[in-house]
Amino acid sequence: MSGFDASHSAAVLWAPECWPRLPQRLVEMLLHFCGAPDWLVTIGGLVAAAGTVVGVFLTGFALLSLIERKTLARIQNRIGPNRAGWFGILQPVADGIKMLTKEDIVPTKAEWFLHLLAPILIVVPSILALGVLPYGREWVPVPLDLGLLFFFAVGTLTELAVFMAGWASGSKFPMLGAMRAISQMVSYELPLMLSALGVIMVSGTLSLPGIVAQQSGFLLGFIPAWNVFTPWGLSAGLVFYIASIAEANRCPFDLPEGESEIVAGHMTEYSGFKYALFFMGEYLGLFAISGLGITLFLGGWQAPFPGLGSVPSWIWFFSKLVVVIFSFLWIRGTFPRVRIDQLMRFAWLCLIPMALLTIPAAGIWHFAGGGLIGWAVTVPMLLVPWVVLTIHYNKRLAPATRTYTFADS
Amino acid sequence: MISASSKSFDAAPMIESGPDDDSLLRVSLGPQHPSTHGVFRMNVVLDGETVVSLKPVFGYLHRNHEKIAEGITYLSSMPYTDRLDYICPLSNNWAYAHAVEKLAGLEVPERAQYLRVILAELTRLINHTAFAGFILGDMGAWGSALMYAFRERELILDLFEDLTGARMMANFMRFGGCRNDLPDGWAAQVSRLVDDYGPFLDEMEKLLVGNEILLARTQGIGSLSKETLVNGGISGPMLRAAGVNYDIRKVDPYGIYERFDFRIPLGATGDCYDRIMIRFLEMRESLKILQQALAQLPEGPVIDPKARIRNFKPPVGESYARIEGPKGELGFHLISDGTTKPYRYRIRPPSFINLTLIEDMCLGLDLADVVVILGSVDIVLGEVDR
Repeated sequence: MSGFDASHSAAVLWAPECWPRLPQRLVEMLLHFCGAPDWLVTIGGLVAAAGTVVGVFLTGFALLSLIERKTLARIQNRIGPNRAGWFGILQPVADGIKMLTKEDIVPTKAEWFLHLLAPILIVVPSILALGVLPYGREWVPVPLDLGLLFFFAVGTLTELAVFMAGWASGSKFPMLGAMRAISQMVSYELPLMLSALGVIMVSGTLSLPGIVAQQSGFLLGFIPAWNVFTPWGLSAGLVFYIASIAEANRCPFDLPEGESEIVAGHMTEYSGFKYALFFMGEYLGLFAISGLGITLFLGGWQAPFPGLGSVPSWIWFFSKLVVVIFSFLWIRGTFPRVRIDQLMRFAWLCLIPMALLTIPAAGIWHFAGGGLIGWAVTVPMLLVPWVVLTIHYNKRLAPATRTYTFADS
Repeated sequence: MISASSKSFDAAPMIESGPDDDSLLRVSLGPQHPSTHGVFRMNVVLDGETVVSLKPVFGYLHRNHEKIAEGITYLSSMPYTDRLDYICPLSNNWAYAHAVEKLAGLEVPERAQYLRVILAELTRLINHTAFAGFILGDMGAWGSALMYAFRERELILDLFEDLTGARMMANFMRFGGCRNDLPDGWAAQVSRLVDDYGPFLDEMEKLLVGNEILLARTQGIGSLSKETLVNGGISGPMLRAAGVNYDIRKVDPYGIYERFDFRIPLGATGDCYDRIMIRFLEMRESLKILQQALAQLPEGPVIDPKARIRNFKPPVGESYARIEGPKGELGFHLISDGTTKPYRYRIRPPSFINLTLIEDMCLGLDLADVVVILGSVDIVLGEVDR
């Protein structure tokens, strides 16, 4: 963070581990040798670092929009886009051109300024949140000490944007969508944050690189020491995973969009590039929330097997990201949507109690120092409520199995 | 088109009798909405997301079908019946042919009778399979169930194409029989399809029926009392899901349905879940009918050689003929004045009449439930608006 460090040797600079930081280093070097003052070097470097993140994830957004369509198509016994370029690889480009050239419609009853601001506000916090994630050993765009807090703080801004979009459109379906979005996101933000608390307690830091560093090493020589491989971590990770699906407005919790019910929810009155911005914000948010889940529970950039130290760490991060996002796609292709009351009941009766229980479990685990005592206490402490809640909840969901008669005549 | 006299005509009246309260939200679901199955419109008054009032608005797809049919010859209306319920054209063909045959007293040869049963039951398979896909789409599982349903539908449509030359607009039945005989190997293909259909239904049921979200979304939603359903004239799977034993194949047998051994599945509660399940069970019964019909299929002509195609003039009279269409009681009421054109041509469309009770089913439920209930009624707008 402190300007250009001339002591960086060329070997470190060109190591694969540092490739994602090359733009930043190059800009810093260039500015330094041009004789720019230190503050300018720092700012220039940070702009380059931010540019790297934005570039990587906008490419990721374009690819994901294609991969999602392809994956869903395969799940649904279709082929998916295959006209634009080989394997449909140019489809995102075509979509982008189409979106850019479409008419931008603002309804007469809309508050035009808020209507314009909402799509911007949904993209910006996602990019901000992406800025604090540790992607590799050497690649942390903005290494904040309170990274986790910052992440959640900017993450909540998307709710504001969604509500703004719904309200400012001056239309009924967006309004219904905005109402649903607010109730859903507020309800699911709670388990999301509560499940992260255990991680903070065990690692003793709010810094995301610190949390990843705490998960280094291997148990018994082959099990990675990730939080998800502890009883409280698995429980918190499950809560986090489910809540993050809801936070990202993904099926089966995509009620704010609720395509078959309220047309497109808060996006109904948007067209052209503003609509594309909503999609971008959604996908960037998906990247951010999956990235945070990986950082908190799946060991961030840590390698999954011992003896793989020579592979650049950011490759592990992005491999995990692909796996997590694929699981989101799979769920989307498989499940119908829940109803709003069921969604709320699930959050308040199942997820939040479990998220709360993981906090004492993490405390016990921490002071028992893991080991047999930790397992012996925390496993029953978490397993019993999970089983009880699941059975109880399933009973409510599926009240009866029906039998059918046949008429005699 | 807009004349002075039509100025006062409001094609889309908003609710006048509904509760008048500023805290309520009036939403027009449709005519352009992702899950109205076409151009159907519901004027909904919402309190939060709870339905306070729901008024269906029909007629966006009105095509003047009945009046047009009165101006053309009897046979010319046959292709038009394809366009009523375009998911199952062959049932419509049969209902119309049945009505005209009743009017003119035509006999249908044995082979044609069997062929009609086979086609009608294949149509029922198409309809009920597509229904399962559509209702999952309404619940937000876009495409997944639908595409698998359509995969099977395609196989049946291929068979229809081999037989009739068209995949959907079949125009196959004639007064006194069917248009042409089977192509070579067609019956064998159908029996192969029937054999493969059971495993597909097993798979589909396993995927859908045990899903907790589907159970939670459909159970206890949209049920009405038997009395209301009967008084409302509801027919088809929707009525039988509530436990009313009323299947026209049994209560007023037509064609050769008495010869087959099949059962009528009955539900108990009549909610959306029962409606889905009843259709699955009905498909299995249809498979049984198909197996029997294919085994017994006799040789012979497919159309009565005496049936006159040209200058067809049924005697003066009146007839109402009904069949158990996939969606319910499909009836045609014809009045002949002895000329080549019907004096009156009237359709009793099951979709339309089943849809009339939509408000009673939806009151007090969520907006999300309205979509599922509408899906569970199983409508095709071509038939609702004619």
